[in-house]
Amino acid sequence: MNAIILTAIWGIVMMFGGVFIKSKTAPKYWAITGLAIILIANCIELYTGDSFFHVEVKNMLHVNSFNLTFITVALSCTLLFFLLSGRDIEKVGSSVSEYFALIFFILCGVCLVSTFNTLLILFIGIEIMSIPLYILTGSDKRNLKSNEAALKYFLMGAFSTGIMLMGIALVYGGNSTGSFYIDNINLGLGKLPVLIAAGLVLLMISMSFKVSAAPFHFWTPDVYDGAPTVFTSFMSTIVKAASFIAFIRLFDNAFGKMHDQWQLLITIITAATLLIGNLTAVFQQSVKRMLAYSSIAQAGFMLLALFALNETAKEGLIIYTAAYSLATIGIFAILIKMNDYTIDGFNGLAKEQPVLAVTATVFLLSLTGIPLTAGFQAKFFMLIAAVQNGHSIWLVIFAVFCAAISAYYYFKIIQAMFFKESNVAVAHDWDITPAFKALLIITAVLIIVLGLYPSLLTQWLYY
Amino acid sequence: MNPANIWITFPELLIWFPLLAGVITLFIKNDKSVKAWALLSTIITLVISIGSICCSGDKYFYLNNVSYYWLQYIGASFSVGLDGMGRILTLLTAVSFPIIFTATYKNEYKNSNLFYAFMLLTQAGLMGVFVATDALVFYFFWELALIPVYFLCSRWGGEKRIQATFKFFVYTFLGSLLMLIGIICVYQHTASTEYAPHSFAIQAFYSAHLSSMQQNCLFWLFFVAFAIKMPIFPFHTWQPDAYEQSPTAVTMVLSGIMVKMGLYGVLRWLLPIFPAASIKFSSIVIFLSVAGMIYASCIAIVQDDLKRFAAYSSIAHIGLMCAAIFSMTQIGVEGVMIQMFNHGINIIGMWIVIDLLEKQTGVRKISQLGGVAHKAPALTILLVVIAFANIALPLTNAFVGEFMMFSGLFKFSIWYAAVAGLSIILAAVYTLNMIQKVFYGQVNTLTSTIKEISLNEKFILSVVVILILAIGIFPQPLFDLTKDTVAILVTRFK
Repeated sequence: MNAIILTAIWGIVMMFGGVFIKSKTAPKYWAITGLAIILIANCIELYTGDSFFHVEVKNMLHVNSFNLTFITVALSCTLLFFLLSGRDIEKVGSSVSEYFALIFFILCGVCLVSTFNTLLILFIGIEIMSIPLYILTGSDKRNLKSNEAALKYFLMGAFSTGIMLMGIALVYGGNSTGSFYIDNINLGLGKLPVLIAAGLVLLMISMSFKVSAAPFHFWTPDVYDGAPTVFTSFMSTIVKAASFIAFIRLFDNAFGKMHDQWQLLITIITAATLLIGNLTAVFQQSVKRMLAYSSIAQAGFMLLALFALNETAKEGLIIYTAAYSLATIGIFAILIKMNDYTIDGFNGLAKEQPVLAVTATVFLLSLTGIPLTAGFQAKFFMLIAAVQNGHSIWLVIFAVFCAAISAYYYFKIIQAMFFKESNVAVAHDWDITPAFKALLIITAVLIIVLGLYPSLLTQWLYY
Repeated sequence: MNPANIWITFPELLIWFPLLAGVITLFIKNDKSVKAWALLSTIITLVISIGSICCSGDKYFYLNNVSYYWLQYIGASFSVGLDGMGRILTLLTAVSFPIIFTATYKNEYKNSNLFYAFMLLTQAGLMGVFVATDALVFYFFWELALIPVYFLCSRWGGEKRIQATFKFFVYTFLGSLLMLIGIICVYQHTASTEYAPHSFAIQAFYSAHLSSMQQNCLFWLFFVAFAIKMPIFPFHTWQPDAYEQSPTAVTMVLSGIMVKMGLYGVLRWLLPIFPAASIKFSSIVIFLSVAGMIYASCIAIVQDDLKRFAAYSSIAHIGLMCAAIFSMTQIGVEGVMIQMFNHGINIIGMWIVIDLLEKQTGVRKISQLGGVAHKAPALTILLVVIAFANIALPLTNAFVGEFMMFSGLFKFSIWYAAVAGLSIILAAVYTLNMIQKVFYGQVNTLTSTIKEISLNEKFILSVVVILILAIGIFPQPLFDLTKDTVAILVTRFK
């Protein structure tokens, strides 16, 4: 509760603050302070199990240690994102405080979709999350690609919203209890009536769209590529992770009873996402676009949680979101500092900026899933969950083959950084502060610590 | 010696010391002190390793087992231990590194502190693989040994290093991921412990309840990982390229020690966990191994590049070891144990000679060399002993091992033993052919500039030769070390 209310309030404060504060650098500090306070408030709630605010929500929100842990992860990653890329947000355009305000609204949406207990709140949360994102995507007003991306995102998003509403309506109409509450839907289910089946498929389609699972992924590369790189970083990590939490929460709590009946559908989506994401990423020349496809590929791995749908899967999803977000935010923070977004642009980085190169290597190794990094633990837990499930062991083996493919494109960057000579004659001046480097190192250390002790995170699930 | 009373035990020391030494190396700036420190630290590791053999009373099984809590709630703990097989392989790792560092002492590397740091980290990773008694810890080290090698080869290797190393990396990465699935599947069938529903401990894995169908499937998931590492035909295609493109010091590690990871994996994990499946598939594996031996020997005969020549010769030798393991006889497996050590020493000796030749002449082509014996007699004498060991002539160390492995294979099937026996003849053909062309014959313009090898090179080759002869004449200590491990292993198949 703390996080939902405080993020909304702070978003409004930031928005109106923009009217009075003319300084361009002040909003960043305000945002960081606010976020730190919200994070602390959330941790207190996680620790004591009691919120500062007691609002009668008619059980429409359901707060438990799982979603509080996720919100903690999301807020911490956002804080890291602010600290690492705050200076770059200022460079996007003139209305700096609005960008921060929008991000706070998105965070409010993130909290809503991870705690919803009725389909209405899910819908509201998804919308609160999406609409500011459309704006952020188009925030580089003079850039044609950014405008195209925003429009494309908006149109596709509007479609998926429509589909989701249709699905909600069908599920509402089809279940015997006549309720939006997801627990009631689950209780009411005996067998699978046609209306519910149709609604379930529609909901699955719209959620797959949000998490960019194949075959609903076509917007992802263009939008991620067109949006200003700082915001790509945010939307490909925290927003995507939140959509996953919503996805698993919806399908576990509302349709968990009929897992056997929709499991095949998820299996196909997972396999397709893994295959398309990994294969297409191999052929990318631009690192930004490659990361867009890699985010599809990683989504495929996260979908294994929905395929397995057991306790290990939930633990795994929390670790996965943390590992993936940390590594991706880190690699994007480095990418923003580059002049040239192609893979060749990374040539010889190890000589020019050893700290950047070494930390980028840790992030990439984590994305590949090499032991000692958080990425390994994430993939490991997902694989355990999928094996525990017992069905379709071929999917697990297929996922592993895809992970091996992913090594190819992640290592291309490592090869460029360490083993190739820079082909640019003039060294460009790096806009890098010592604090930035220190933060990168802290992020890398965090990834390694999580890789050794994932229980630092998962213990909170049972707190 | 009660492990509870000591604050650190040998297996831990064997991992942490090289690791620490590697990290320290990163911070040394001066090239000369880097080399001296790296060499010194490996000698200390060697002392530790010898200590682990002499000072611990019990040679039987995991009495030295140490474990710490780590990921307790999923049943994994950081546990390490040393039995006879672990001792012999950690000893090999510990002996090899000082030899490698001394032999390549004069090689200059760019950023030498990084080079030596990665080498020492590799050593730590290898030690970890050989002492791990927990499946997850084993997997961790299995992968971690690979990462520094990847950087070593890609950074300091030959012309086509990036592609060759990457091929090697993807092959082994895929193999180990398949093994990870295998580990998870076995884990699902282990008994519960006090804290977790299942366990990753080696004893739990050994007593996992697996139906014969499950054994048959999981066997291959593990086997592919180990077969790629060894490598067994048809998974060997990464090897010649990787050996050719790596800097020679790394090639020595790859061929001398890293391939033993595959053999070790089979002995430590594959056979005891899946005894029924191992017996069932033993003829398939032996067929692949023997086919690979003949195939690799034939290719070695026509190889013109010395590095590729040694690579193929190594594939042939490893094939024999794998075949002997799957014969599952006491004598065969004992032969493998001793041969794992010997092969490491011999192949490193071979690489040292190749490295010396390449440094002096700049070429590795057999056809371009000739008459080296006239210019460097000492080198030639030492090389000939190493070559004899490569052919497994009596009085050399390899004879003991190969003789036992052939007896084991003979007990399994006369036909396989006969076909495999051909490889000894082929080994003589290609090895003697190489000596004849490179060391005898006419001196040409390239070889006319060759000088006799220097003192430290003589010294290190002599150490190799002394080891070869000493083990060849008196192999008993090595047998004593591994006898019990082998006995325990073989009884699982009775």
